[in-house]
Amino acid sequence: MEIIVCIKRVPDVSEVEVEIDRTGQGIEETDLVYGINEWDNFAIEAAVQLKETHGGRVTAITVGGEDDEEVLRRAMAMGADEALHLKDPAFENSDGYGIATILHKAITARPHDLVLTGAISGDVGSGHVGGMLAAKLGIRQVALATDLTVERSRATVRHEVEGGLERVVELDLPALVTVQTGINEPRYVSIRGIRKVSGMEIPVASASDLGLDPATVGREGARVITEELFLPPRGEGAEMLEGDDEEMVDTLIERLREHGGL
Amino acid sequence: MSTRTILVLVERTKGQLEDSALELASEARRLSGGGPVHAAVTGNGLGDLPGRLTEWFDQVHVFDDLQLNEPDGEATAELLFALIDRERPWATLIPHTNNGMDLAPVLAVKADCPLIADCLSLAATEEGLSAVRTVYGGKVHARVTARATDKGFIATVRPGSCAADPTAPGAGGTVVPETVSELLVPHRRFVETLIPEAGAVDITQAEVLVAVGRGIEEEENLEIIKSLAEALGAEVACSRPVVDKNWLPKNHQVGTSGLTVKPRIYIAAGISGSFQHMGGLKGGPFIAAINKDPAAPIFGVADVGIVGDLFDIIPLLEEKIRELKG
Ligand SMILES: Cc1cc2nc3c(=O)[nH]c(=O)nc-3n(C[C@H](O)[C@H](O)[C@H](O)COP(=O)(O)OP(=O)(O)OC[C@H]3O[C@@H](n4cnc5c(N)ncnc54)[C@H](O)[C@@H]3O)c2cc1C
Ligand SMILES: Nc1ncnc2c1ncn2[C@@H]1O[C@H](COP(=O)(O)O)[C@@H](O)[C@H]1O
Repeated sequence: MEIIVCIKRVPDVSEVEVEIDRTGQGIEETDLVYGINEWDNFAIEAAVQLKETHGGRVTAITVGGEDDEEVLRRAMAMGADEALHLKDPAFENSDGYGIATILHKAITARPHDLVLTGAISGDVGSGHVGGMLAAKLGIRQVALATDLTVERSRATVRHEVEGGLERVVELDLPALVTVQTGINEPRYVSIRGIRKVSGMEIPVASASDLGLDPATVGREGARVITEELFLPPRGEGAEMLEGDDEEMVDTLIERLREHGGL
Repeated sequence: MSTRTILVLVERTKGQLEDSALELASEARRLSGGGPVHAAVTGNGLGDLPGRLTEWFDQVHVFDDLQLNEPDGEATAELLFALIDRERPWATLIPHTNNGMDLAPVLAVKADCPLIADCLSLAATEEGLSAVRTVYGGKVHARVTARATDKGFIATVRPGSCAADPTAPGAGGTVVPETVSELLVPHRRFVETLIPEAGAVDITQAEVLVAVGRGIEEEENLEIIKSLAEALGAEVACSRPVVDKNWLPKNHQVGTSGLTVKPRIYIAAGISGSFQHMGGLKGGPFIAAINKDPAAPIFGVADVGIVGDLFDIIPLLEEKIRELKG
């Protein structure tokens, strides 16, 4: 089985002071720690587990710059057999549609029984790329998978639907599945594991390698453009408690009592 | 001023109309500049729902068919594509729900329309469709514009972000029955719908909840949360990452893919406040947030906030509550 997994490197902003950069269209990148998109980590694990059960090959693909190569190495350390780095200045500032266009060009040219993406990316947070890629490839898709098994040429997928429910459906391969967190327990990647794959050559493909008109992707080809980023007003509505821990906790208890919580 | 046709996908859960339907009807009305507002509704045995929707929409396109008994994002995308192709709306609005996430990207490619996902607000501008949405886990907002095309736009809109008009505009619309048989190619074979198991605790009935998120770091650390909950006579709830790691069973998860709770008091520790988490919190509880990041989005929705380390605050809070209770 030929499994392709699309992955992305994203900054972890959960505990950092985010600042808008001078262009107003991005955030200050110094001091940010980057890593694999949370959802994509589960997608890689799902791909590798399927390969371990059924045999075949897992190829990890990312569209990104020089630094983004590290997520491909990480995927290989987890058990991906191959990686492909789609890199070209023309790809910069692509919107979700542009990313799907680039991935489509690369994936359509190679065998693919199953394509996995994350459900959503932690930075852009659109959840666009998977469904768009499937539609471009002309294959079936299911979003938000919490379980995935394959039997011959059929995938059985449990996925999240409305009202906190899950639904089980079957699809004929080739198919694309967007992976939700919690579908598995992603394996730990050790420094040694990364070191083992550090010497491996990772092929790079540019727009011209893919036979892609650069004007259809990147900023120029974007259908949706970011005009400006801004920080939402802080703690709007919330009474932010002050003082040392003792004082804050005392006030909190008062508030809880006022609202009938004690 | 020009008028625009807007199409809204009306969603139902377990047969009930979602709040998003009226929110989108109202948002569509604002966007339309006086143009017609259409609805599309799919299902099997829709009963009087289409009729009721005519209070809010000028045309209600009804796809009522046995094949649509189980919602299927790809089938819905196909139905909507045919409708968009025929009616040529300026914009199609879809709730940003699991179902919306499943179908909108596919529809956008089929219909060749720019798509903006998870919008908080929408506006028609000279350049096209402009929206505000969140990026970086809600810490940053972005104003984006989808460039005008002759195909129209698609936007998925976050439930609860647009206000529904208090009363129906009395649109006096018409019901338009649509044929399904010719359109539908079954893509997915439905196997079953899983109903979550009820566990020993029922957080949906709890008056006071102590909720914990990824900030708890390790499974063992949950003890401080459990012990605070005990002191308060509260139940323990959590965000998704805690369940993903199997630290707590799924029936403790609050959110759009978990349970909807309606406590009087919600104490959230080490939870950033994603909309998927907060989406499970209903009934306007008093929310106390403890987070070490002063910019955590949860402080934007909480009533009272402590910027601090939960490993200091939670035990101290427990100690003082136990003292008080004697
Ligand atoms: C389709 C879909 C459905 C989803 N459904 C749900 C759902 O039902 N429920 C849900 O919860 N999520 C859901 N999610 C996931 C959601 O998007 C977030 O990823 C998740 O809610 C984040 O959980 P968190 O706040 O615990 O973690 P994070 O966002 O990582 O936040 C952790 C917080 O802890 C703080 N912190 C860290 N250490 C400390 C400390 N020592 N003291 C105090 N604070 C600390 C950090 O500052 C941070 O703000 C869904 C996502 C998708 C795509
Ligand atoms: N630059 C990229 N390279 C490869 N895959 C991507 C890229 N951006 C997004 N994806 C995939 O698409 C999923 C959804 O991303 P998004 O549509 O940005 O929310 C991610 O989880 C990835 O699997």
